[in-house]
Amino acid sequence: MRQSVFQSSMRRAPYVFVLPFVISVLVFYLYPIIATIVMSFQDVVPGETRWIGTANYGKMFSEDFYKALGNSLKYTALTILILIPVPIILSVMLNGYRRRTNAVYRAVLFLPSLVSVVVAGTVFRLTFALSPKAAVNAIVILLGGRATDWVLGGAAQAMFLMVMIAVWRWTGVNIVYFLSGLQNIPNELYEAADIDGARSLARFLYITLPLLKPTIIFVTTISIFGGFAMFEESYIFWQGQSPNNVGLTMVGLIYKKGFQTGSMGLASAIGIVLMVVIFIVSLIALRSFGFFKRES
Amino acid sequence: MAIPTKRLTTSELGVYIILTIVGVLFLFPIYALILSSFRPGRDLMRYGITFSSIIPDFFSTNNYAALLTGHRGEYPVWYRNSLILACSQTILTLAFSSFVGYGIGIYQFKGKNALTILVLLIMIVPLQILILPLYKIMTTLHAMNSFPGLLLPFIVSPFAIFFFRQYASGIPRDYFDAGRIDGLSEYAIFRKISVPLMIPAYGAMAILIAQQTWNNFLWPLIVIQTSNMFTLTIGLNSLLTPYGNNYDMLIAGSCAASVPIIIVFFFFQRFFISGLTTGGIKG
Repeated sequence: MRQSVFQSSMRRAPYVFVLPFVISVLVFYLYPIIATIVMSFQDVVPGETRWIGTANYGKMFSEDFYKALGNSLKYTALTILILIPVPIILSVMLNGYRRRTNAVYRAVLFLPSLVSVVVAGTVFRLTFALSPKAAVNAIVILLGGRATDWVLGGAAQAMFLMVMIAVWRWTGVNIVYFLSGLQNIPNELYEAADIDGARSLARFLYITLPLLKPTIIFVTTISIFGGFAMFEESYIFWQGQSPNNVGLTMVGLIYKKGFQTGSMGLASAIGIVLMVVIFIVSLIALRSFGFFKRES
Repeated sequence: MAIPTKRLTTSELGVYIILTIVGVLFLFPIYALILSSFRPGRDLMRYGITFSSIIPDFFSTNNYAALLTGHRGEYPVWYRNSLILACSQTILTLAFSSFVGYGIGIYQFKGKNALTILVLLIMIVPLQILILPLYKIMTTLHAMNSFPGLLLPFIVSPFAIFFFRQYASGIPRDYFDAGRIDGLSEYAIFRKISVPLMIPAYGAMAILIAQQTWNNFLWPLIVIQTSNMFTLTIGLNSLLTPYGNNYDMLIAGSCAASVPIIIVFFFFQRFFISGLTTGGIKG
C-alpha cells in the first residue's frame, strides 16, 4: 500500500515540478511569439483589428528601418570588436598568482555593471558634456582636437557614446567569463610550453586562445543578442527622439512604432524581422567558429 | 608555473601599470558622481564633470535633503517601490525557478531533454521583442501600472532554472534515497533536504535577480503609468530633462540608488561571480 503511494508520487512528481515552467512558457513566451506573428499580418487599432496580409512587411522598409538596422548592426559589430579582445587581454593580465591584488582590480572593473543604465547615462552625459572644460572634451583639446557635442553632434559621435557606455558597463562582466574560462585551462600545458621554451606571445596564441574558444563563442553569442536588443543605452541619451535618428535602434523602432505611433501591427512585423536577423547573424557567427562541425 | 616570488618583475610591473590606468578610467565616473552629489547642481549643469571636480572642495548635504522633500517628496516613494519590487521579485523568482530547475535536474522522465532544450531556447529570445504582446496580456489582466504587472513576466527565469538544474544535478542521490526511506514525499524531500542543500545557489541567484530587478528599465517604462508607481530607474529618468533643472536631485538620487547595490557587491562578491559563471559555460 505504502509502496504504491510512494511510487505514484515518484512518477507524478517530475511533472508537478516542471508545471510552473510549462505554464509560464505558454503564457509569457509561446503566446507572445504567436501573437507577434499574428499581429504582424494585422492592422491593430484599439478596439479593432483587421487582417491586411503582408502589407506591414511591405511598408516596413522605410528610411527609419534602414537607419535602425544599420545602427544596430554597427553597434553590435563594434561592441563585439572591443568587448571580446580587450576583456581577454585584461583577464590574462588578471590571471596571475597575486590573487589578492587581482581581486581588487577585478572588482573595480566590475563595478560599472552594478549601476543602472539611467545612472550610467547620467554620468556619461556629464563626462561627455558640451563644455570645453568637461572631462572628455578637455582630453580632446589636450590632444589638439576641438570641443565636441557628443550627444547631439552627429552620427559618429552618437555611436561612439553608445559603444563607450557599453564598454564601460560590460568589460567587467566579460572579464568574469574569460577568467572562469582561463581557470579551466590545465597548468600542465603551460609547463610543457615552458620546457619547450615558448615565449609568452606564443603561449597566448597557441594555448590560451584555442582553449578559450568555448568561452569566446559563448560571449560572442550573448553579445549578438545583447547588441541587437539594445534600446536603453540609446533611450537615456535621446528619449527616443535623436536628431536624424542617430540613436535609433531596432528595438527603439519597435518601441516607437508600437507605443509612440500606435502601429502595433507594423511594430510586430519589425519584431519578427529582427528575430530572423538575430537568428541568421548568430548562425553565421557560430558557423565561422566551426561550432557545427563534429570535432574528435 | 614558476615559484611565486614577492618581487615584481618588469613585465609584471608593466601589467599593473596598464591595469591601474584602466581601473582609474573605470572608477573616475563613479567617483566624480559621488563627489558631485555633495556640490550644488549649477556647476554641473554648466560644465559637466571636469577634471577639477576630482578635488573634494565643497561639501554640503543639501542635495540629499532635497531628495526627501523636493519634487513633491516623490523620491522616497520611488525608493520604496523599488525595494518592494526587488524583494518580492527575488522571492517569487527564486521559489519558482528553484522548484522547476530542481525537478528537471534530478528526475528522469519523458520529455526531460526536450524541456532542457526549451529552457535554453527561451534564454535566447530577447524579451525586448515580446514587449508588445506582453503589454496586451497585462492590459487584459488589468495588471498595468501595478506590481503584479511588473513582476509576472520575470517570475520564471530561464537563466535561474538552468542554474538550479546544474546545481541540483550535482547533489548526491543518497540524500534523496535517505529521505524516501524515511517516508518523505518528493515535495517534502525538496523542502526539507534539497532546499537547505541548495543555499549557495539561492545566494548567487538572489543577488543576480535583485540587481537586475533594481536596475530594470524597459519593462517598467512600459507598465508604469503614474509617478506614484515609479521605480527608481523610471523616476530618475523622468528627472533627465533637456533643461537640466533637476541636476541636484538627479545626481544625489543616482548615488542613493547605486550605493546599496555596491555595498551588497562588496560583501557578497563571490556570489556575484559564481552566479554569472556556474552553469553558464559548458566546457
